[in-house]
Amino acid sequence: MSETLKQEELVQIDYKPPGTGWMDTKPDIRKGKINWGAVQKSVEYLDLPNPRKWSPTDDDWQLPKDWKKIILEGMRERIEKFRTFQVFMDICVRCGACADKCHFFIGSGDPKNMPVLRAELLRAVYRKEFTLAGKLMGKMAGARDLTEDVLKEWFFYFFQCTECRRCSVFCPYGIDTAEITMMGRELLSLVGLEIDWITTPAANCFRTGNHLGIQPHGFQDSVDFAVDDLEDIIGIKVEAPVNKKGAEILFVVPSADYFGDPHYFGFLGYLALFHEIGLDYTFSSYASEGGNFGLFHSNQMMKRLNSKIYMEAKRLGVKWVLGGECGHMWRVINQYMDTMNGPADFLEVPKSPITGTVFENARSTKMVHITEFTADLIKNGKLKLDKSRNDQWRITFHDSCNPARAMGILEEPRYIINSVANNFFEMPENCIKEQTFCCGGGAGLGTEENMEMRLRGGLPRANAVKYVHDKHGVNVLTCMCAIDKAVLPTLIDYWVSGVQIGSVHELVGNALVIKGEKERTLDMRSDPLPGKEETEDV
Amino acid sequence: MNALISFVAVIVLIIISFVGAQTLGLSYLFAVIIPYLAISIFIFGFVYRVIKWARAPVPFRIPTTCGQQKSLSWIKNNPIENPHNWLGAFIRMALEVLLFRSLFKNTKTTLKDGPRLVYGMNQLLWLGGLLFHWSFLIIFIRHFRFFMEPVPWCIKALENLDGFLQIGLPVVFMTDIFIVAAVTYLVLRRLTDSKLRYISLVADFFPLFLILAIAVTGILMRYFTKVDIIGVKDIAVGIFSFNPVVPDGISSLFFIHLFLVSVLISYFPLSKLMHMGGIFLSPTRNLANNNRVVRHINPWNPKVKMHTYEEYEDEFREVMREAGMPLDKE
Ligand code: SF4
Ligand code: SF4
Repeated sequence: MSETLKQEELVQIDYKPPGTGWMDTKPDIRKGKINWGAVQKSVEYLDLPNPRKWSPTDDDWQLPKDWKKIILEGMRERIEKFRTFQVFMDICVRCGACADKCHFFIGSGDPKNMPVLRAELLRAVYRKEFTLAGKLMGKMAGARDLTEDVLKEWFFYFFQCTECRRCSVFCPYGIDTAEITMMGRELLSLVGLEIDWITTPAANCFRTGNHLGIQPHGFQDSVDFAVDDLEDIIGIKVEAPVNKKGAEILFVVPSADYFGDPHYFGFLGYLALFHEIGLDYTFSSYASEGGNFGLFHSNQMMKRLNSKIYMEAKRLGVKWVLGGECGHMWRVINQYMDTMNGPADFLEVPKSPITGTVFENARSTKMVHITEFTADLIKNGKLKLDKSRNDQWRITFHDSCNPARAMGILEEPRYIINSVANNFFEMPENCIKEQTFCCGGGAGLGTEENMEMRLRGGLPRANAVKYVHDKHGVNVLTCMCAIDKAVLPTLIDYWVSGVQIGSVHELVGNALVIKGEKERTLDMRSDPLPGKEETEDV
Repeated sequence: MNALISFVAVIVLIIISFVGAQTLGLSYLFAVIIPYLAISIFIFGFVYRVIKWARAPVPFRIPTTCGQQKSLSWIKNNPIENPHNWLGAFIRMALEVLLFRSLFKNTKTTLKDGPRLVYGMNQLLWLGGLLFHWSFLIIFIRHFRFFMEPVPWCIKALENLDGFLQIGLPVVFMTDIFIVAAVTYLVLRRLTDSKLRYISLVADFFPLFLILAIAVTGILMRYFTKVDIIGVKDIAVGIFSFNPVVPDGISSLFFIHLFLVSVLISYFPLSKLMHMGGIFLSPTRNLANNNRVVRHINPWNPKVKMHTYEEYEDEFREVMREAGMPLDKE
């Protein structure tokens, strides 16, 4: 689909709102800007409401008869349960500071992609039904009736928000439109308005332990493949235990790491690293997903999927949990896991068996981020690293939304990259760290049918990559997020070209000098290392 | 359109109070009953709203982190933008409330040919907002000179700071100029920026025009027409000592001013002006990012259907056995 969209046309962005007021402007619901509705089977598997065959491009969305009552009741319930919802509904002053901070607005010019207006979609109904001013003054007070058209508009725009929280950084009250989108999506789910790329991965994950629906033997196969591939590169067959009881550490990665490209190269990096330091760890096929599409669905779904990590840690009898490179996974682990499924009092406070460092910052959750772990190893001089093995790369780093704005893990990956490679270049200041731009495909929106919005929403990110590509010859965009690694290749190819996507631990794997390794000629991609191009061919 | 409606509404309010107090002679209504009513609505409304918010649970600790987390000891963390304890969160809130720190970061995005996206500095709104709010606060405090006898020294000191020009009598207060300028700017930006015009409701223009009218009537009274200060002070002190009096000969300008203020404070708890209270309760700003250190409790943590390992192994036992994977039940 991306081939048929012309760049020149896509960048004709008109930031001027249409002549009709926003309450009277209907959304342009069509392929390219929407995600398909969830398939019946997945909805049923998760016991969610209103399973049926439907498409958002249909006229009739086959809502339940009393849909309005269900939604309003759902709103009432959430108003009572979430202070965020109440406060964010009440205090926005429509100052507009958030307006041009959203990548979807920047890339599309659609005024309802301004975070403030996205939130107003819900707020207008809230005013009508739950506030005195709205009841008395109606439209004058910005109130609006909940109709089927309004509901469709919710669906359209709440699935055009990647829950990236960039708007929240700039709002003087911290109003987080991601939170409002989450409320909106929960409400939509109550009447069966789900998208397939969220609900089906969630159903898969619930059943098989991972979003991709890989069954245990498939998982075992993937790990075995990786071990073989790594052997070809380093000449050592490493151990990679699965479901091993009594291991010290349970290692949980997003499933794309062992199944997707370019994630996989980072997965090889993990394996090489753990072999080198002799880590006593295990994977789990039951908890074979760190990512959590439940986050994009509802707090309950998030809890259901997340529960496996602690349950499995308990069953296997590990001491603590280590987590791989993933973005939204770390929002869940940092901000929700312990609250939802803790306390993990059967685990120990994480302590690196190699350096002895105690991870005080994970004292309660007992779960450490892989870059925290690796940065600690490097700082303590436990790894022998040959930076020149990454000299084929001119590197930049993309902060993923959730690690940046729902955690603040900014320096660890940078420290690692600078320790394992020579050529690192930052993108411009307004595009990194807490101001980073989304890949355009987060929060379940990384689908083929949503391609136009992905390319539009990804424009600010791609544009910053282009900047360092032109200026410094950057040829790899590293990141530590499975969704990024899945959607950025298409995006960057479209807007920039000539820039690969890579993992932080791919670079680690390249640079790591492993005891007893054969003379390294290949990097984690099985491409020749710098200076080894000829010897390869001989 | 929304601006016009708001503007007309304020004019109507002015006419009501003028006609009411002057022509109909309902000065007791305007000087005593309405202010009392307004103050009661304000206090009850405000407290009600804040209590309602405060009683809603905070199920999850979801601060927006805008800086490096506290993790390894040798990595420099940002204790304010990513607070790890209550003190950091307190400072973050204080900077937010007193200096509008988030708004200070505001940028303006422009799309140039290429395409090339450029993010420029854009602190005008911050400046306008800050000037407006601080002027408002100082003017509000200055008004205590009317409610209190004798006038406390701190109010006099504030007046001395605020007054910078003396063209004859009386001294010109900086805040009087600032508030008019700032409100005018806030109105104009809503009218001139097409995005803002698009999102602005009547409820966004109305308080601005109302405050502008209040400021202008106040300024007229202070600098241009002579109001009977002694009489005004009698009314004010009377209200606050629950011993209301209405002296004769008070100018209608004062009644207009007082009425508009009454409208403003009664409107306050019904409207977005409640952001004044809400900002303190915003969970993305007022909490520390220490979820991994201290468990946050959700009072309604729901029971959900989970999929246990036993169920999983039951479903996949055969394939697991074939793949040589360990099993709990053989
Ligand atoms: S920045 Fe905050 S207050 Fe301003 S319009 Fe956006 S959400 Fe509303
Ligand atoms: S959370 Fe991100 S995608 Fe959603 S409205 Fe805010 S800036 Fe846009």
